[in-house]
Amino acid sequence: MKHSPPWLLLGLAALALAAFPLLGQAFYVELLAKVMIFAIFAMSLQLLAGVAGLVSLGHAAWFGIAAYTLVLMAPKYHPANLWITLPAAVLAAAAAAFVVGLLVLRTRGIYFIMVTLAFAQMFYFVFHDTGLGGGSDGVYLNFKPEARIAGHLLFDLGNSTHFFYVSLGAMAAVFLLLAAIRRSPFGHALDGMRANEQRMRALGFPVMRYQLAAFTLAGGLAGLAGYLAACQFGFVNPELLAWHESGNVLLMVILGGLGQLHGAILGAFAFALLQEGFASVTRHWQLPMGVVIVALVLFLPGGLASIAARLRRPRS
Amino acid sequence: MDPVTFLIQSLNGLQYGLLLFLVASGLTLVFGIMGVVNLAHGSFYMIGAYLAFSLSALTGSFFGAVALGIVLSVVFGLLLEWALFSRLYHRDHLDQVLLTYGLILIFEELRSLAVGDDVHSVAMPDFLSASIPLTDTLSYPVYRLFMSGICIVLAMSMYVVIQRTRLGMRIRAGTSNREMAQGLGIDIRLLFRFVFAFGVALAALGGMLAAPVSSVFPGMGSQVLILCFVVVVIGGIGSVWGALLAALLIGFTDTFGKVLFPDYAGLSVYVLMAAILLWRPAGLFGRA
Amino acid sequence: MTEPALVASGLTRRFGGLVANDNVSITLEHGRVHALLGPNGAGKSTLINLLSGDLAPSAGSIRLGTREIAGLGAAQRSRLGLGRSYQKTNIFGSFTVHENCRLAAQARRQRPWRIFANAIADRATNDIADAALETTGLRSQHARLAATLSHGEQRQLEIAMVLATGARVLLLDEPLAGMGAQESARMVELLRRLAPAHAILLVEHDMDAVFAVADEITVMVEGRVLETGSPESIRASAAVREAYLGTEAEN
Repeated sequence: MKHSPPWLLLGLAALALAAFPLLGQAFYVELLAKVMIFAIFAMSLQLLAGVAGLVSLGHAAWFGIAAYTLVLMAPKYHPANLWITLPAAVLAAAAAAFVVGLLVLRTRGIYFIMVTLAFAQMFYFVFHDTGLGGGSDGVYLNFKPEARIAGHLLFDLGNSTHFFYVSLGAMAAVFLLLAAIRRSPFGHALDGMRANEQRMRALGFPVMRYQLAAFTLAGGLAGLAGYLAACQFGFVNPELLAWHESGNVLLMVILGGLGQLHGAILGAFAFALLQEGFASVTRHWQLPMGVVIVALVLFLPGGLASIAARLRRPRS
Repeated sequence: MDPVTFLIQSLNGLQYGLLLFLVASGLTLVFGIMGVVNLAHGSFYMIGAYLAFSLSALTGSFFGAVALGIVLSVVFGLLLEWALFSRLYHRDHLDQVLLTYGLILIFEELRSLAVGDDVHSVAMPDFLSASIPLTDTLSYPVYRLFMSGICIVLAMSMYVVIQRTRLGMRIRAGTSNREMAQGLGIDIRLLFRFVFAFGVALAALGGMLAAPVSSVFPGMGSQVLILCFVVVVIGGIGSVWGALLAALLIGFTDTFGKVLFPDYAGLSVYVLMAAILLWRPAGLFGRA
Repeated sequence: MTEPALVASGLTRRFGGLVANDNVSITLEHGRVHALLGPNGAGKSTLINLLSGDLAPSAGSIRLGTREIAGLGAAQRSRLGLGRSYQKTNIFGSFTVHENCRLAAQARRQRPWRIFANAIADRATNDIADAALETTGLRSQHARLAATLSHGEQRQLEIAMVLATGARVLLLDEPLAGMGAQESARMVELLRRLAPAHAILLVEHDMDAVFAVADEITVMVEGRVLETGSPESIRASAAVREAYLGTEAEN
């Protein structure tokens, strides 16, 4: 149950990222910020799928709910206050996840996968069919939120450099938080539940409550990613909650390796690389992506993180 | 709601439910017998609809297109099981989800490359295109009755095959106990291959039948897949009869939901699912 | 006379038409080993599952000390001091021996909201885990992966985990299953050592072991209690001999 991340490598990578806006082109700064947002999204799912062993195919719901929360709360003619809208968006996502968790955690395995997908679709229809969020067209965010302390502008999410560093900071914070959780008694209990739920119950752990806590937390962190995504895209529409988003984020987690926190970051970067790479060649980029996924399942069940492990430990 | 409207909506609900059953029964059989969760099942529905579109243009006949389409989808199912799904039986659900997710991307893009992303309509056969007048202003299309009829005939044949034949006995043995079925000398590999192909054909047939009514459009597979999941969740995994009951429930809920609460039309089915989950987490016919 | 550790009365469990446990009553006392005998299918494992909370009874009551627990889940019962081991070894194979026990010890004092605490560095749980490993003789194996232990050691680890949860009432489902003579002897010796501080329900097929450690014996046949009594009276009982020991002897 020891999961020490490769701290040195991660620190160097963070430094390299931090230096990037000084050198890189604006296009890549924005692209990288987007990838970091998806890394947060993927890490939140890693907590569920990789740590707690709950494979959700509806994770985009929380991402989208937070995004909509920001846009619906934002004033029309001046920037929203980050100190209010960010907690509100994260809490909205977490609260929705909590309520749905109460229901979906009554199921397991295949059922859990299907039920999470179905509930995410329900939220999709909430935004798609009702007048709440502008229907299928979505809503624009006219001004990006800003953070002020005692009247002084701390940062403005409309500024792409500011946005980059806020995303980097958020990614690092989420990583550190989840790393702490993994080594905490809570994280160890989740490890045990992933391995053998019945045994944990016999040992005296209220399994459902732990899982509900993980589900809610994962929902909230996905909400953080959704909030940042809404800031960056400048609009929201129901497609944010579409099940392809849930599928893609699960794919990132598995690309990077199930169970490894940094794997989720790696997976988000790998996914973006593949996506950009294929999209530069063909409009039908999902075709080679699909082939890569099928090949991944058939030939590399442990994800990218397992390549390094295999190289270190050649087959005896 | 006046009685005639009620009758029309009931027939619509029945027809929608039966069509859903047709598609979902293949999914639940594959679950129950092989333990494989197949996200690409909705793609077979989509492929069926596009086959109906392309083949009826090619053959000039809707029924010619359906006949040819069924043969093609069975062959496609056999190939797919042989090449990919047979490698998934001993993998965990996550691998199954992932691989079949990859397949969806592949199928959608191949569809896009082959016929483009436009919405197409498919002409129904002339003799079915009439409507039965019910009042001066309201009438019911014959084609929808025809769809319901086909689905009922198929459901009844499935009942006979599963309950009354040796093949059905093998399928039931395979569902309840894979090892035992193998011990009885049943060739599981072959059984799996044909059940899978049968499931593909059912989904494709659903798409073909639906094509003249719903038209043919990208994304139709995902829509139906998620509804099939709801059917399976409500009915209980692997239970064909649970799937029938659940599909009809959903058909009626959705149809009347659209009439009674038009603003929340998409939601009614999921509210139903949430209620069933609270009441029976393993579904109506599921083993707890 | 002190309060019995656990009193189950009138426990019934039906599976569809089958009555797996029919009006079963049993009492466990502190400091005593109560053995449960019966041919396969007599309902012994069902009874353990009913007592531990893995199964809900169709009817009947279970009192742990003075508290009625029949309506509680397995986790709650465990936290009240009722521990069980499994007939089929049920440990965390991918965790080390020490981690298995530490997780069990952690169940005692759950403070999941302390997400910045380091689970591995918690002195209290480590001490409890170490003590359980010491008692069961697994201390020297603490760093090994549980899956790599021998069968006998894995059975010992099962017991160590139950001990680490702080259970006072132990429900042990065939702890000697599949063990060699030497391992069995060590387990019997362990049971003897545990007896004074615990109330133990022992389901076991090994007759020598049962008669070596049991203070009291209940014999079940076809879901019902046939007889309860001291080892001597059970050994002498004609009904038991006919229903159970006789068939066993023929085998």
